[in-house]
Amino acid sequence: MIATHYTYWIIFALMMIGLYAVMSHGNLVKKLIGLNVFQVAVFMFFISLGRVDEGSPPIITEGIEVYSHPLPHVLILTAIVVGVATTSVGVALAIRIFEAYGTVEEDDALARDVAEEAAE
Amino acid sequence: MIDQLPALQVVVPLVCAAVCVLLRSAFAAWLLFTVAAVASLVTAVVLTVLVRDGETIGYDMGGWPAPVGIELVVDQANAVVLLLLGVIAVIVASYGRRSIEAEIRPRRVRMFYAALCMLLTGLMGIAVTGDAFNLFVFLEISSLSSYALIALGRRRRALLAAFQYLVIGTVGGTFLLIGVGLAFAVTGTLNMTDLADRLPALEGNRAVTGSVVFIFVGLAIKMAVFPLHAWLPGAYSEAPSVVSVVLAAVGTKVAIYAFARFAFTVFGIDVVFTDLPIGQAILVVGSLAMLAGAAVACFQQDFKRLLAWSSIGQVGMIVTGIGLATAGGVSAAYLHIINHAIIKGALFAAAGILLLNLGSTSLDSMAGLGRRMPLTFGAVVIGGLGLIGVPPTAGFASKWALAAALVEDDQWLILAILLASSLLAMVYVGRVIEVAWFRSPAGVDAAPSPAAEHAAAAANPGTVRVREGTPLLMAAPVALLAVASVYFGIDASLPSGLADGAARVLTGGGLP
Repeated sequence: MIATHYTYWIIFALMMIGLYAVMSHGNLVKKLIGLNVFQVAVFMFFISLGRVDEGSPPIITEGIEVYSHPLPHVLILTAIVVGVATTSVGVALAIRIFEAYGTVEEDDALARDVAEEAAE
Repeated sequence: MIDQLPALQVVVPLVCAAVCVLLRSAFAAWLLFTVAAVASLVTAVVLTVLVRDGETIGYDMGGWPAPVGIELVVDQANAVVLLLLGVIAVIVASYGRRSIEAEIRPRRVRMFYAALCMLLTGLMGIAVTGDAFNLFVFLEISSLSSYALIALGRRRRALLAAFQYLVIGTVGGTFLLIGVGLAFAVTGTLNMTDLADRLPALEGNRAVTGSVVFIFVGLAIKMAVFPLHAWLPGAYSEAPSVVSVVLAAVGTKVAIYAFARFAFTVFGIDVVFTDLPIGQAILVVGSLAMLAGAAVACFQQDFKRLLAWSSIGQVGMIVTGIGLATAGGVSAAYLHIINHAIIKGALFAAAGILLLNLGSTSLDSMAGLGRRMPLTFGAVVIGGLGLIGVPPTAGFASKWALAAALVEDDQWLILAILLASSLLAMVYVGRVIEVAWFRSPAGVDAAPSPAAEHAAAAANPGTVRVREGTPLLMAAPVALLAVASVYFGIDASLPSGLADGAARVLTGGGLP
């Protein structure tokens, strides 16, 4: 099981590392990094699905009968674009949060809101 | 032309979004958004009429036939959602001009409309697509534009709310992607019809089980089902009024539609509700959501936050109907999707008018204003009664339908929970009505003369000042939604006809 499906085990380990980083860190930038690791692991999962034993890259060439499945690659090209867009929106928000609060620590920012509310 | 309608449903707002970015004037951007909204509504109406007898309209994107190409599918199950999206878009186009002018910095306005067009594109796309991966892409389009829109709220808290939603939402979207990947791994297809053909043969396959769980958890985050609702109160209450209206009225509803589509037509009732305990799980979280959402709403000090928590309870009610997996339950869920969109749309729009006039949506600032802003608070009362489910409002019609479906299925405990949540709704709606109508205004004596009030306000800038007059373009949509919510309570034939049609298509007539 582990020997034949080792790629999946590695990928799922990577996913969990990413997800753990998202949940455990209060720093917004670190959260985004975790999110990226998580997403990239899923991309790798898709790409590994496209592998066919003995298959060559999916470019039509004479003398080659078996090709890898090209569809997952194409899908992941789209998903990568989505991931880039998400990261850029996230980073832009983190910058705006830093400008507004003077911190990128989620807990500190929340504490400042609470303090502001108490002051009113 | 008619053949191209499913594609136009998505393409028109998409093109408008791109053109909005190029325009220099805010008015032109608004005009363009209005064009997109009206076009969406017209398209949705025509499509709804075309599929009214149970037909299915398929459209091959780019001329590539399914299952190789991406297929758009319109049937009764999603025509309702498209119609709802079109109606809310037109409402927002009318309501939004003045509201956006007041809340958004001038140089951001045209980009705001561009993002709004993208949000519409994404939501329409989720509803119309027949391809599992395409659904993920549209889900991310709608999510990304909503993160940007929420971040434009007037307080800095909006930024944090948007960021939190971004993190949770992306995890949800990626879960959906994993689920689609697992389904693709065992079937080799992404087309929903094709998946539905191939999945039953794989019953009991572990990858299919994993796929079901990942897709449902991913969508549950987008639907804000109770334990996964953490992003919703912040996002709804901090977003600009217009965005709150769109998200509260249709944002979660589209994810609920996608959930129903996956559950009933892609994986099938056997896999989801018979082999896996997804149905029971939904009933449990739905019941918890009804209680928790309504209970927490009772303790809110801010009107928009109160409405947001009430939405969590109402989403619980909708998913409970789906979790029953009976034709009656699904029909009740659809009916409540329609009615709740109308009611919450009206309430959040009313909150926007309050924000425009009072500069705040806190309950304290609303004290005693019922008599001075009778139209707005009249809409709040009608909407509130709809949330409780008092006849003759639309909320009563859908609660009644859900209660009937629960009785039919012998779910007495859940019926009791539904009633309890209605009682809790009475508490939080009652608080709003009490504050607005029966309390004396803050900082001024009861029934002051306008001149005295003006003097008081000038002497003490901290007191609430009521600016007279709400723009007609803002007031009319609120009034329209409020009237519709009463009309659909008295004559429910239109929404319940649509809901029954949707339930028939989804459950395939094979259920009692």
